[in-house]
Amino acid sequence: MVKTLRIDDQDVSAGTDDTILQVAQDNAIFIPTLCNLEGLKPVGACRLCLVEVEGYRGLAPACVTRVEEGMQIYTQSERLQTYRRMILEMLFVEGNHVCAVCVSNGTCELQALAQRLGMDHSHLEYRNPAKSVDVSHYRFGVDHNRCILCARCVRVCDEIEGAHTWDLLGRGIQSQVITDLNRPWGESKTCTSCGKCVQVCPTGALFKKSKAVAEMEKEHEFLPYLNTIREVRSNG
Amino acid sequence: MGKVSIATVWLDGCSGCHMSFLDIDEALLDLADRISLVYSPLVDNKVFPDSVDVTLVEGAVSNEDDLKKIKHIREHTRLLVSLGDCAVTGNVPSMRNSFKLKDVLDRAYFENAQVNQRVPDVSIPPLLPRVRPVHQIVPVDVFVPGCPPSAATILQVLGELLEGRLPQVGEQSHFG
Repeated sequence: MVKTLRIDDQDVSAGTDDTILQVAQDNAIFIPTLCNLEGLKPVGACRLCLVEVEGYRGLAPACVTRVEEGMQIYTQSERLQTYRRMILEMLFVEGNHVCAVCVSNGTCELQALAQRLGMDHSHLEYRNPAKSVDVSHYRFGVDHNRCILCARCVRVCDEIEGAHTWDLLGRGIQSQVITDLNRPWGESKTCTSCGKCVQVCPTGALFKKSKAVAEMEKEHEFLPYLNTIREVRSNG
Repeated sequence: MGKVSIATVWLDGCSGCHMSFLDIDEALLDLADRISLVYSPLVDNKVFPDSVDVTLVEGAVSNEDDLKKIKHIREHTRLLVSLGDCAVTGNVPSMRNSFKLKDVLDRAYFENAQVNQRVPDVSIPPLLPRVRPVHQIVPVDVFVPGCPPSAATILQVLGELLEGRLPQVGEQSHFG
């Protein structure tokens, strides 16, 4: 079964189970994302992929909204651009993303999105929360200052590696990613030290030790399972 | 037509943005014909003039002197440009904001000092409790992120300003 719909006045066709984001990407229509990663279950955590759907009262997160026949979707309105920049501003002020001294400077997905979407300063006051860094693991570290709570690490560890070492603790601005029952990463009994969490992390929050400023390039090809899933999907 | 008057100021930053400005190399010669650098760490004038067309601000607002300076400059300049991450975001200087000011001073001048343990208070301005980006103190007209912004970006911004346009840095520069 094929569904037909319109995105930004462009006629597109989609499979029944496709999400708006998948259809947009298949048609080279850019919708910004941070928490989404092909091969992992979408969660709609970052809200950057919000789009306007005619007849909907609110905005719809494109990564978890399935297409419907005859849908009319808008992805580039002035209102959406404003909201996207606002979301980025909130992500920046709720953490301590000092890009200049980050291991991922130059390869960070948050930094690149701010550049692409024209977020060149924050209208909001920086909160400068006191956050910790855990370098107890022998190969990796987690810098909570730079975490945007996208939960890619949580999902890749659970869905692909099957270890479920990572999880989320707390609510609102108190939230943070944890290993095991909020024990130091180096003491984790479940972590297999596979490093998938590090490679999928969009920022410098998860990093390999011994990497200095701008040296931490994430290797997505490190994820053979994700690549396999990607191939199966594109062939199927 | 008279020359466009330009000032540059150095608040809490490392001077890297000024270095990047100088990195426009031979373009400085063309610029020299069109601008008058009326106040800057690069020139001798110690008093900020009454009326300046464009002021480039490097650095965050961290101490009482920065605060006084930026308010005075805003009153006497037509277009204010936040140049670089410290001015735009607070950047590295603002990393102390996660701690109480007293704890920061204690760490620097007591815990890590072996002799002469005291907070310096003679002829240097007291630190503000929080480091803040320039636009959270006074209105800013143009934002140029980057640590530092590249010479090409700075040249483009100046070029646009000299043509009477408000520059859009857009995708040319990014934080960090």
